[in-house]
Amino acid sequence: MQSTASHAHTSATDSSHGHAHHEPGFFGKYIFSTDHKVIGIQYGVSSLLFLLFGFLLMLVMRYQLANPGKAVPLVGPLLEFVLGQEIAKGGVVNGDLYNSFGAMHGTIMVFLAIVPVLFGAFGNYVTPLQIGAPDMAFPRLNMASFHAYFLGGVVMIASFFTPGGSARSGWTSYSPLASINDPTNLFDGQTYWLMGMVLLITSSLLGSVNFIATIIQLRCRGMSWMRMPFFVWAQFVTGFLLLLAFPPLEAAGLMQLMDNLFGSSFFLPQGLVVSGSPLPVSGGGSPLLWQHLFWFLGHPEVYVLILPAFGIVTEVISNNIRKPLWGYKSMVYSVMSIGFLSFIVWAHHMYLTGMGTKVATFFQTTTMMISIPSVIILTALFISLWGGSIRFNSASLFALSFLPMFGIGGLTGLPLGFNASDIFLHDSYYVIGHFHYVVAPGTMFAVFAGIYYWFPKITGRHMNELLGKLHWAGSLFFMNCVFAPMFIQGFKGMSRRMSDGGTTYFGGLGGDPGVLKLNNMIFWSAIGLGICQIPFIINFFSSIFSGKCATSDNPWQATTLEWSTPTPPPHGNFLKEPVAYRGPYEYSVPGAKSDFSPQGDKN
Amino acid sequence: MEIPYTYKPRPDTGLYNAKVGIWLFLASEIMLFGALFSAYILLRVSAPVGFWPDVGLAWPRGLLNIPIGTFNTAVLITSSVTVVLAWASLKMNNFARFRVYMVITVLCAFAFLGIKSFEYNDKFSHYVIRLQDGKALTGHIEVDGKHPRFWNFSDQWSVAKLVDQKVTKIKVEMDPERDMNGHVKAHGSHDHEVREVAVSDIVSLSSYTPATHPFFAVYFLITALHGLHVLGGALVLGYFAFPGAKMWKSNPEQFINRIEVGGLFWHFVDLVWIFLFPVVYLL
Repeated sequence: MQSTASHAHTSATDSSHGHAHHEPGFFGKYIFSTDHKVIGIQYGVSSLLFLLFGFLLMLVMRYQLANPGKAVPLVGPLLEFVLGQEIAKGGVVNGDLYNSFGAMHGTIMVFLAIVPVLFGAFGNYVTPLQIGAPDMAFPRLNMASFHAYFLGGVVMIASFFTPGGSARSGWTSYSPLASINDPTNLFDGQTYWLMGMVLLITSSLLGSVNFIATIIQLRCRGMSWMRMPFFVWAQFVTGFLLLLAFPPLEAAGLMQLMDNLFGSSFFLPQGLVVSGSPLPVSGGGSPLLWQHLFWFLGHPEVYVLILPAFGIVTEVISNNIRKPLWGYKSMVYSVMSIGFLSFIVWAHHMYLTGMGTKVATFFQTTTMMISIPSVIILTALFISLWGGSIRFNSASLFALSFLPMFGIGGLTGLPLGFNASDIFLHDSYYVIGHFHYVVAPGTMFAVFAGIYYWFPKITGRHMNELLGKLHWAGSLFFMNCVFAPMFIQGFKGMSRRMSDGGTTYFGGLGGDPGVLKLNNMIFWSAIGLGICQIPFIINFFSSIFSGKCATSDNPWQATTLEWSTPTPPPHGNFLKEPVAYRGPYEYSVPGAKSDFSPQGDKN
Repeated sequence: MEIPYTYKPRPDTGLYNAKVGIWLFLASEIMLFGALFSAYILLRVSAPVGFWPDVGLAWPRGLLNIPIGTFNTAVLITSSVTVVLAWASLKMNNFARFRVYMVITVLCAFAFLGIKSFEYNDKFSHYVIRLQDGKALTGHIEVDGKHPRFWNFSDQWSVAKLVDQKVTKIKVEMDPERDMNGHVKAHGSHDHEVREVAVSDIVSLSSYTPATHPFFAVYFLITALHGLHVLGGALVLGYFAFPGAKMWKSNPEQFINRIEVGGLFWHFVDLVWIFLFPVVYLL
């Protein structure tokens, strides 16, 4: 018999915790809530909306790449209406608008969608439950963190409507490119971008302090470090990455803000000439300084995007193979090594800046080193599958396809990590293909797996399996159709920066026209990918109200502590003090009465 | 629902939550100021030779007032001592003395900020003037009997503003001559030479602001960010001394913890200055 089944999920309304304090109103409950679960849902909903928005920006860009200079059908008039005649004349995406969409696509996806959905949403909702804590260590900081994030998002979106449009110097905002805008328009898109980033950095600082403190201080009785689920370990290391890697970007952002507002020259070299006339600044700064500070954040950030995804995939896979995870401890040590090494690989983004071959060799070495722990984690997950009786539901299908997809993303990174081959591949479509394989079918699949997996705990209802499998199959197929051709384009030397998809470049050189035709295929596959998200959106909303009810508090028969709470967990989470009696992945233990032994069960 | 260890230490870590939180926050602050110091080093070593016109140096030296900086260092160190004494007074259950020490700490903080703003003001009205013959002058200037500030944001390298106002001559209260290390050459002569300069001889003039040279950019950025930290710390400590002190009655243990956490932050702010002073003023 399932030991947790006795907790009827109606106990959400149980008032065992609710002594005397009055019920909060709408604002107190949904806007100014300090409950980690509500904040997690706030983060989840906002970041998924940003994800959709970033995806739509990309669709417009892909249309322009496939049909350079043509008015965008359907959304063209809308763009002209919203952004104004000057920016989107006739609904055509010109070079400036393309650059602006490119910069905002990257910024929105990285800082407003993926990080918040992994760290803010899943981290907030699941971490305290998995370690048996009643809430985060600093609930009000948690709320402030969400508000800073939301405000940062508002500032970023507002930048589209500033005169001159949003930032258009790429999500990396390299100086001097980002600092040579119109001096009569101080509050241009780039300034908005920098102010938005300062807010987002503040948000992640508050969040990371909170997560680390929670994991150190609020583990329940018996929850020793090596009994923590791998997801918690991933969040713990991610917390340190955010805590220590973001401040240098904040420093860099403040410097660029001073360059743009007060005319200083942190990143502007002497004798800089823009459009034929010398720039009226003192000069004497260093453009390389920006790149160093940016990538000091930028590379750990990549691991912020992938470590929590590892965590989610590990939870889903271990639950659906019904056997212990292979190599839990090596995975934990690997994730710690990744965390440490990720701070000393940043300059592999800068091989072509002329920083010197000796420096490049150092960063090439560390880059090869960091691939080892990543491979250990992936290998441990693959070996775990061996001999398991795998359940193929939507969550596990997404998690299982994460493994090869992330594998492709990771392995295609090696030629970029070697500086000899990077000279050829740098700044080409190969790079785009590589990191999108890591983040799109990699991280995004983990996010979908997590949504299908934890949905019954959050809402008390299952998501529809048929729609889920449709969503999975279509996404997997079209993701590959979108990103695999980019490797070919990259090998053929197509630059990632061209707003006409390489037409002028290849036309002028008489290059292979087949490369350009791939732009068409990518565009239609991206449309297909968009269509495949419709079943997910329908599924997500309809299941909240009419999905199949979860039969118990632990419908997946999982072992970790979040499944021993009522469904959905009330304020304060646990009805009685939770205790961890064993490790996190004790499935199919010989002699046990069922094929899973929950951490919170004494026997 | 009650969150555990908000003020009682957790047995296996020996820490209460806020103490873990503040140490993590300080780690992040170290990365922030560390990045700024690294930026200072990188900008300084890569500055082009002859970039600062005064004595043909790449990087200006000796422009900051060392006696004032030393005095400010002493002020901050004093406040660090008093914040510990305030905490110790609470531990010895002497609230009145706690409040006295806390007030001294906050007064020190505001004294520091006052002195700093005096220094800032001096820089904003201090000019570097490049002349047609390739030489450069530095000093305070007088235009029609006024001492202008900030003349460089929009027209940094032009004298258009002077021409617009039909000024033909400006007075420059010259800085004493310096050697390559930034030391004043002629000791003993305290009166500054005042020179009249024709506007037609001037290529550009610019007051000591971030736009003038990366040295001032990094100097103003680090000291201003540090100043914001001083201000924030002073406000929080001031809150603990007066309105927040109610907690001493309701939960003395948590109140002492708050003072400890606030004090840790205060020591950090002090420590940043201890690095800042030699790096920016002395080296």
